[in-house]
Amino acid sequence: MQQDTLIIGGKEFTSRFFLGTGKFSLEKTKETIESGEVEMVTLALRRANLGGGGNILDYIPKTVTLLPNTSGARDAKEAVRIARLARELGCGDFVKIEVINDTKYLMPDNAETIKATEILAKEGFVVLPYISPDLIAARALRDAGAAAIMPLGAPIGSNKGLLTRDFVRMLIEEIDLPIVVDAGIGRPSQACEAMEMGAAAVLANTAVATAKDVVAMARAFKLAVQAGRTAYLAGLGRVLEYTGEASSPLTGFLQD
Amino acid sequence: MTKLLDAVMDRYDRYDFDAFTARDVAEALENDTLTEEQYAALLSPAAAPFLEQMARKAKYLTARQFGNSVGLYTPLYIANYCVNHCVYCGFNCQNHINRGKLTFEEIDHELAAIAKTGLREILLLTGESRYHSDVEYIGKAVEIAKRYFTTIGIEVYPMEVEEYAHLQRCGADFVSVYQETYDREKYAQVHLSGPKRDFVYRFNAQERALMGGMRGVGVGALLGLGNFRKDAFAAGLHASYLQKKYPKAEVSFSVPRLRPYKNNAENNSNDVHEPQLLQVMLAYRLLLPFAGINISTRERAGFRDHVVGLAATKISAGVKTGVGGHEEEEKGDAQFQISDPRSVTEIEQMLFTRGMQPVYRDYIRM
Repeated sequence: MQQDTLIIGGKEFTSRFFLGTGKFSLEKTKETIESGEVEMVTLALRRANLGGGGNILDYIPKTVTLLPNTSGARDAKEAVRIARLARELGCGDFVKIEVINDTKYLMPDNAETIKATEILAKEGFVVLPYISPDLIAARALRDAGAAAIMPLGAPIGSNKGLLTRDFVRMLIEEIDLPIVVDAGIGRPSQACEAMEMGAAAVLANTAVATAKDVVAMARAFKLAVQAGRTAYLAGLGRVLEYTGEASSPLTGFLQD
Repeated sequence: MTKLLDAVMDRYDRYDFDAFTARDVAEALENDTLTEEQYAALLSPAAAPFLEQMARKAKYLTARQFGNSVGLYTPLYIANYCVNHCVYCGFNCQNHINRGKLTFEEIDHELAAIAKTGLREILLLTGESRYHSDVEYIGKAVEIAKRYFTTIGIEVYPMEVEEYAHLQRCGADFVSVYQETYDREKYAQVHLSGPKRDFVYRFNAQERALMGGMRGVGVGALLGLGNFRKDAFAAGLHASYLQKKYPKAEVSFSVPRLRPYKNNAENNSNDVHEPQLLQVMLAYRLLLPFAGINISTRERAGFRDHVVGLAATKISAGVKTGVGGHEEEEKGDAQFQISDPRSVTEIEQMLFTRGMQPVYRDYIRM
């Protein structure tokens, strides 16, 4: 059987569990990455205190692919600048575009994200845009050269799970790019559900970072993501949409 | 420009805080988002027995929004000349204290010394005197700070949109202006002279700062000056309406208080002891889960250590409240005595012990 790998930007990943590092104690980062068998981690460049105390880059194993995000950017121009800076600082070509100009709900600005994606894809970046799940925006992002799409499952940090499931499903069905569910995933079972639906990967941060045992929770997420993926590949059995099957068929009256 | 003011002031006297019941408080705690009335209930005396439940909820919300990261910063007073006569303030123009102002060279030395401690966020303060510390002077100080710090806040007199825009171009990101009290009558009584007497001009400062391009603004009431419950209620609405009108603005609270007199035999219902102070902080957090809350060295170490992660998201360290004093000798007296003299390293250690992660920089200057 062919190995089930995820390919983004020409890079092969066996793990489909991405980890956000924004809300962690740095000393636990390495152990958490290892226990979750994580191969891609996001990091906020604005927090990377190069040469100073608490520099996240010192805590991430070198084998892991860095996905620097543009958090702090409030429009496309700022996102582009942060992405270029990330590349200059040696964080590689991967970038997660995050444009937020709403401090209350932290909802991403899809329009600005499309603009930034277009510019950065042309410059050779592997662009993973973080968006509100919207099919039309996702198509525009695909056309702009995105390498994957990262729709939010629920408001970031809310741990509410796949509130946007119907909209994420549209992306999975219509967009021929890896769909990585990012934000809002609060528990492993929700990550599992996203994977069963056909998401290519799941990213979690708050759910792991705020757990009592961070390292164990990363492992739980890894297992849930694997279970969901396996179920997706196995082909889920039929699930009845309605209350049940009528014992006497509704169409039994037909003659001829 | 008076719209925010009207919205807040219309509500200032709306609720009788003594009329709320335990049931009102319990109901407020059951909801994910608060109505204004529920917010008022959380600030009422009826909420006092619910402090523990409020703390639990606040801790959860703080962790959800900020994880376990806590921002570190320090203030630097660059001048303490002041033209206002505020009866409660050590800097007031009638007080015969040592006045001083740092030269640009001194500012540079001070900032370099602070930067050596690892901090990347600075708050520059002056007394309120356009004569001694004009906008150009503050702007130059900000430009110097830009060499060492990624985030620069200013806490100076309220100014015009264009002046804020100038300081923003110089490198400032955040503007804090405290209304002290939202009770206009009380406000007039305690601000005897000087431009600060203009309640409305001060109230609209945050909005002018945002119009000038600032990234964020701080609001706050000096708790205990007026009715602290009403003032905290108004400050919460002030912050909330600012963010609603300017959705990308980062809003934050500071929680200065007038300390009750020790050995005060009478139990004054407006005294802000630690339980009341905490109640206000928790209510701010429950109202606006996304807002920053700063905890200054006016409070003792034991209090500060426990409120980070519970409600506070930013803590000062290595603080001096005189003019200068980090590298150079102090050139002017302090505005207030600090209760927590710990260094940056000591605060870091405290945070690590409590399982929190100190954050030094959180911004890339564009």
